[in-house]
Amino acid sequence: MLLAWRLAVFAAALCPFAWYAWQVYSGNGGPEPGQYLLLNFGVTALILLLVTLSLTPLMKLTRWKGFALVRRQLGLWTFSYAVLHLLCYLLFILGLDFSALGDDLVRRPYIIVGFAALLMLLALAVTSNRYAMKRLGKRWKALHRMVYAALALVLLHFFWVVRADMGEWLNYALVAAFLMALRIPVVSRRLSRVRPRRGVARRG
Amino acid sequence: MLIRLRDRRTLGENDVTPEAIYHARRRFMAGAAGLGMAAALPRGALAASNYDEVEEGSGPPWFTRRFDNVAWQAVTAGADDTITPYGDATHYNNFYEFGTDKRDPAENAGQLTTEPWTVEVDGEVGRPGTFDVDQLLGEHRLEERIYRLRCVEAWSMVIPWLGVPLADLLKRVEPTSKAKFVRFQTLERPSEMPGQRSRFAYIDWPYQEGLRLDEAMHPLTLLTVGMYGRSLPNQNGAPVRLVVPWKYGFKSIKSVVRISLVEDQPATAWSSINPREYGFYSNVNPDVDHPRWSQARERRLPNSLFSPNMIDTQMFNGYEDQVASLYSGMDLQKYY
Ligand code: HEM
Repeated sequence: MLLAWRLAVFAAALCPFAWYAWQVYSGNGGPEPGQYLLLNFGVTALILLLVTLSLTPLMKLTRWKGFALVRRQLGLWTFSYAVLHLLCYLLFILGLDFSALGDDLVRRPYIIVGFAALLMLLALAVTSNRYAMKRLGKRWKALHRMVYAALALVLLHFFWVVRADMGEWLNYALVAAFLMALRIPVVSRRLSRVRPRRGVARRG
Repeated sequence: MLIRLRDRRTLGENDVTPEAIYHARRRFMAGAAGLGMAAALPRGALAASNYDEVEEGSGPPWFTRRFDNVAWQAVTAGADDTITPYGDATHYNNFYEFGTDKRDPAENAGQLTTEPWTVEVDGEVGRPGTFDVDQLLGEHRLEERIYRLRCVEAWSMVIPWLGVPLADLLKRVEPTSKAKFVRFQTLERPSEMPGQRSRFAYIDWPYQEGLRLDEAMHPLTLLTVGMYGRSLPNQNGAPVRLVVPWKYGFKSIKSVVRISLVEDQPATAWSSINPREYGFYSNVNPDVDHPRWSQARERRLPNSLFSPNMIDTQMFNGYEDQVASLYSGMDLQKYY
């Protein structure tokens, strides 16, 4: 049952890639398919990051360990889409002109911020295995708190990309703010009390 | 009268056609067959039916009435400029009144009422007035002009517009000696323009643009009512818009309802939001970067994943010979 759940999550996370690739293949990606993929992979990465960050609150709320089981997987998916996003940028926007990349990295704040976020996601991805967990011990948890910084940077990156209307950005920012609020200790303790751990008596 | 605006880069009028047709049709027809068939058509008919999905000559009465007398290909583009397929030019638009996604205008602009339509011409003019599009166009013959369109976002297209020189209208309303600039305004009608209903839009509607009077009088500046041999589709700025080919696309304001001649440089929508990123002049200039990206090169659309179609951006979008004199002595790094 849990294996099926993990496979289902795997399949679901693959869907955006398959869908956007199909759109481009069938000519529905518009006259600038590279830009189309760039934007959609960027947004997918952000959505997956938010989904990943909703797993812990969901687990606290429901006590279903299935949510914890797919956390690493979804974190890696987030990273994968972010890498696809970067690849689109290198291939389709810069046309593999790496001197232009150097320029952008020095001069364009939104690229610097995106790059920093991606490096953080990279650090999290390579330390997401059991071996790293063991080696890092207590520091692992501290390291993985970096995901919050990455989220903030991604939102800043997105904010600087917005040209004419904040509406869409605001939706993501509100979800992010909500997920962060759930981590405030008072709130988080309440969340855990909605359905107490089995065996622990519910108090008054 | 037919204005000739040729430079060394432009070709004879017949040269651009077969390739343009080929590219406009390549998605739908077997290449060779399409090419042969189209090339056999007489020139007038050919220019008009150049483009797939286009209903030749379609439009309101004031448009169809002028259609038999169009000066086809009065201005052509360069040897390497292939006309962008109609479907792309009409489904990849920045027209924030209809949404921020490039596909939103095609989806949402259908509901815009463009008949009746009037344009108020006021300010420093001897003969102000409110004109319908028919009156606005006056007696000047419609000209087809194939212009490069360079978006500030570093992509570009090549589009065959139909219109008359803006100068023709401006002369008729007789600017006074005080008139130094021209301010243009887009329609504000939230009931038909969903983008204007958003509470989080940066733009202070209505959209405004401006030109210096000599820029507005320049023979390349086109008061545009059609494209691809038909009237303008709503998402491209129906019924009447401006096209200023040597400036970034956002200067070519759409769905115009007011043209005012003024003494002082008018505030424009984008430079009001972010003067560092969008200047008043906004001439295409590969040497002045947008703070967020380089303007040295551009992606000529449509492109594909396998060929990004990157080309070097030309000074004044390739119209340097015709317009550079407007800016002689000006520091274009400062007046970007
Ligand atoms: C090296 C790192 C990165 C680079 C070079 C980069 C580059 C870009 C570029 C060029 C754009 C489009 C700007 C535009 O033309 O509108 C963009 C937008 C975006 N990026 Fe990134 N990015 C990076 C990292 C990230 C990461 C790590 C995420 C998320 C996890 C992300 C999420 C987004 C989002 C959500 C958008 C907005 C898409 C939209 O406007 O619909 N980016 N990025």
